[in-house]
Amino acid sequence: MISIFPGLLNGAVITLQLLVTSMFFGLIIGLIFAILRINKNPIINKFAYGYSYFFRGTPLLVQLYLIYYGLANIEFLRNSFFWVIIKEPYWCAIIAFSLNTGAYTSEILRSAFQTIKKGYIEAAQSLGVTKKITFYRIQLPIAIKQSLPAYGNEIILILKGTSLASVITIMDLMGEARKVNVLTFKPFEAFITAGIIYLFITFIIHNIIKYLEKKYRFQT
Amino acid sequence: MELLSFGDTGWGDELFFATLMTIAVSIAAMAIGFIFALIFTPLKLSKNKTLNVIGNCYTTIIRGVPELLVIYLLFFGGTGAAMYVASIFGYDGYIEINAFITGALAIGIISGAYSTEVFRGAILSIDKGQFEASKVLGIKKYIQFYKIILPQMLRLSIPNLSNVWQITLKDTSLISVTGLVEIMRQSYIAAGSTRDPLFFYSVAAVLYLMLTFLSMKLINKLEIKYSKGY
Repeated sequence: MISIFPGLLNGAVITLQLLVTSMFFGLIIGLIFAILRINKNPIINKFAYGYSYFFRGTPLLVQLYLIYYGLANIEFLRNSFFWVIIKEPYWCAIIAFSLNTGAYTSEILRSAFQTIKKGYIEAAQSLGVTKKITFYRIQLPIAIKQSLPAYGNEIILILKGTSLASVITIMDLMGEARKVNVLTFKPFEAFITAGIIYLFITFIIHNIIKYLEKKYRFQT
Repeated sequence: MELLSFGDTGWGDELFFATLMTIAVSIAAMAIGFIFALIFTPLKLSKNKTLNVIGNCYTTIIRGVPELLVIYLLFFGGTGAAMYVASIFGYDGYIEINAFITGALAIGIISGAYSTEVFRGAILSIDKGQFEASKVLGIKKYIQFYKIILPQMLRLSIPNLSNVWQITLKDTSLISVTGLVEIMRQSYIAAGSTRDPLFFYSVAAVLYLMLTFLSMKLINKLEIKYSKGY
């Protein structure tokens, strides 16, 4: 029982790496697409909507397989510089998770942008604040504060999503648990221990978000 | 397009039946989830501390643990547990539990946790006066639940249940790891034997998009139908 612990902890480190990296890229993608979504140009708007519709409407596993198995099938990608990235399952997983969470994050941020009271923007305009500064100093901070609770849920969803990396040969927490199961034929020990570690990580994320929510509470 | 033709040469009919399988597993899982939700919602709302903790443990653990883990636990653990139970009754052979049943049960447990939260929220948003009024009128507790609370709860939870349905539908793709031939597994097989993963996984993505789109349309209709008069 104790002997399986170091392996699982090594896996947990990989899981956390996957989580943090895809959260980082996902936030950037999400922010870009949220801004595109509130753009008034219908083509840009539709493009951003299509992106989020595709990634929210299909299972993460399909996206992962499309990137891991599918992209390797395209001849010119294989001959190009991108092959260095795409041939690694680790980076494929990060691309898939980032694109997936980017879609969800863009929806969260978009709804936060749209619920900002018009009065704030009008007040800024009447004070002669430029559009750029209004966006960076007023809209963005309010949107981020308002979307914290929803984003906390999204982080937990990504954490659960990273377990799919084990399907494409990455030895994350789930992969290590599968290895233990195969080697020892003790499914309950392997998966329940992994489950406890996952729950522990979820618990920590939940509390960090709760703390941030309290600290940056936005009064309307 | 040849690859998608029906019959022996194409994968059209296989993918069609795989889609039906995905729908069947999703519906079965959703139904199992409802049963779990109807058991655990009263526990979560109960004033008894112990029952409350049991209800909260269920939703917290299931929603905090990867879906894949629940599936593996039931798939690998379920066989062992079934064989252990059978050995008590004197049967020592190998028992293999049907992939459909394990898959539907695993996804059902997960969707049950989400449904529980939805039902809980719906019941909490029903006006307190209704409970009091039915008490004053001397309506029995279970009649109050079936005739007053349940219909309102279902109506209020349709929008959120549609989210749960979407999650359930997408989660069924994970059952492919246990070998049940649904959309994902069938595309995996097709991609393997034709060496064209890009095409078949794109087809799988389109099939899932179609399913989510159609079910959205259907649920919207239901929502309009049941919100008449409000």
